[in-house]
Amino acid sequence: MNGGAARALLDVRDLKVGLPTRRGPLAILNGVDLHVKEGEVLGVVGESGAGKSITGLAVIGLLEPPARIDGGEVWFDGARIDGLSGDELRRIRGARIGVIFQDPLTSLNPLYTIGFQLTETIRTHMDLGADAAEKRAVELLDEVGIPAAASRLNAYPHEFSGGMRQRVVIALALCANPRLIIADEPTTALDVSIQAQIIGVLKRLCREHGTAVMLITHDMGVIAETADRVAVMYAGRVIEDGTVAEVVRNASHPYSHGLMGSIPTIGARIGRLPQIRGAMPRVGAVPAGCAFAPRCPDVRDLCRAERPVMMDGKATSAACWQYSPRWSDAAAATGGAAADG
Amino acid sequence: MFSYLVNRVFQAIGVLLVVALLSFVIFNYVGDPINNMVGQEATLEDREELRERLGLNDSVIVQFLRFVANAAEGEFGISYQFQRKVSDLILERMPATLELVFVSAVIALAAGIGLGVFTGLRRDSWLSRFVLTVSLVGVSLPTFVIGILLIYIFSVGLEWLPSFGRGDTVRLGDWDSGLLTGSGWLAIILPAITLGLFQLTIILRLVRAEMLEVLRTDYIKFARARGLSRRAINFGHALKNTMVPVITIAGLQIGTLIAFSIITETVFQWPGMGLLFIQGVEFADVPIMGAYLLLAAIAFVAINLIVDLLYAAVDPRLRVSAQRGKGTA
Repeated sequence: MNGGAARALLDVRDLKVGLPTRRGPLAILNGVDLHVKEGEVLGVVGESGAGKSITGLAVIGLLEPPARIDGGEVWFDGARIDGLSGDELRRIRGARIGVIFQDPLTSLNPLYTIGFQLTETIRTHMDLGADAAEKRAVELLDEVGIPAAASRLNAYPHEFSGGMRQRVVIALALCANPRLIIADEPTTALDVSIQAQIIGVLKRLCREHGTAVMLITHDMGVIAETADRVAVMYAGRVIEDGTVAEVVRNASHPYSHGLMGSIPTIGARIGRLPQIRGAMPRVGAVPAGCAFAPRCPDVRDLCRAERPVMMDGKATSAACWQYSPRWSDAAAATGGAAADG
Repeated sequence: MFSYLVNRVFQAIGVLLVVALLSFVIFNYVGDPINNMVGQEATLEDREELRERLGLNDSVIVQFLRFVANAAEGEFGISYQFQRKVSDLILERMPATLELVFVSAVIALAAGIGLGVFTGLRRDSWLSRFVLTVSLVGVSLPTFVIGILLIYIFSVGLEWLPSFGRGDTVRLGDWDSGLLTGSGWLAIILPAITLGLFQLTIILRLVRAEMLEVLRTDYIKFARARGLSRRAINFGHALKNTMVPVITIAGLQIGTLIAFSIITETVFQWPGMGLLFIQGVEFADVPIMGAYLLLAAIAFVAINLIVDLLYAAVDPRLRVSAQRGKGTA
């Protein structure tokens, strides 16, 4: 499954991000492997603090110092882009990789009209005159579904609703026809009814333009509706990777399994929503073996001793020892789940 | 916008009337002005006649209205000390003060904003730390100490710059300008730095703090994600967003420049309104004090009005109420 037939547009290999502290480096990402193929929508899910957003920021070189890439490689469109200079990365951002952030209310500069912000971005990346850039800005606003786009160019961000602002943000991300869009929780700050619209716009435009999307979210509903493939992250690593249908219905990793189990279904009467016991280990306190071992219902000594790599699971690939030939030899752990407290 | 402006002008007039009342009270109730004006051997009849001639026997309200009406025409009475019209004295001295305030304001704004942006963007460089440390001196030392220190170094020690006066001036109609001669420029350097140093450090620290704040916002992060150039981000997007608080403080500080100029003008014997005021205080010259008070109030009110208008120019969100009046959705 990993590294499929179609060439990967974005290929992240063993990416490590750390935060230098007085007591030594603190690992935030412990070797993330993921890839996005041309035109594909990859959903990245996981609970808060799993490293989803950090992965997105690391790819485009926008980590907030002192956080920094400590290892691994990022390949985009056949070229390695980690370690590029600030200016070289800047030319990729916005031009070939578009970015959408969580909160549309704060993503736009309040002091400039949206027309200015659009043409500014267009002219930074494309060789267009003022008139041509303005024409393109109107087209983009039209495409993201802003009514009377031409007359809205001179409007300021505060004159738009949250949903409309997120449409403007999408238009800004699409300014230079990027090959990939990294959307970091694009709908979290919005009304539920608006969320569906925004996801619809994003999906439609990316299909029309053949743009690949790395969709970071913790909303499984959004993933199920939008993504082709899912990468599940836990404690700074990708622990499962597969098609949406397989991950939702037939997850291989016990964590993903628990995650899918905790999605409420309408109509089903259940007393208490199932939940995964315990909490994700804090950054810097990730255990040596499998990070999920302390919470795993099926933990064995092997899990605590060694970190599992990605292997073929049921229908997806998962970082779990139970799909290794060594699983049957490993004795069931003494004490069972949550023994480490 | 227009109704907003009219509204502000009415508020300003209200403030000025209150200050005029204060000024009038000082004028009338700080001792008996007649005592200052007549000699020891004046008879009671002389005093009464003078009292009548100056209108001091009219009711308080009539006197106040007359004071306001005169002040509105620029008449503040006769100086006891110089026996000349206060309005003439002030007009004579005003160019010196305004030029000094103008040069210090330019120094404070240009250096304050420039250094503030620099220390905000390069917050870990040794040069930023050095600038910030030195700026502490500007905040903590009182104006007169800085003035005397500068005189000691540049006039007494190095003998580069004059320690007092305005140098040669050129007469342009009613305006006596020192900014057109070399000696005028040499003379204005030390007092302008002395007057502006405190304001410079305040603006520097404010711009730096605002820059650090703005650079952390989502829209700056998003501007980076859009791949804009560093220059467009730092100056186009970040600096403009720091401007609303900076305009507020800078406006207030220019007001205090006029007020603080009393001390600087005394230290450097700068022939401006501040020096005139100090001389007025020494001789209990009430008309001069009253007029100065009113002028300072006018300066503050005018600057605040300009600041309010600049807000709307910088931040479109503040224009909303005005636009709604015009009927745009």
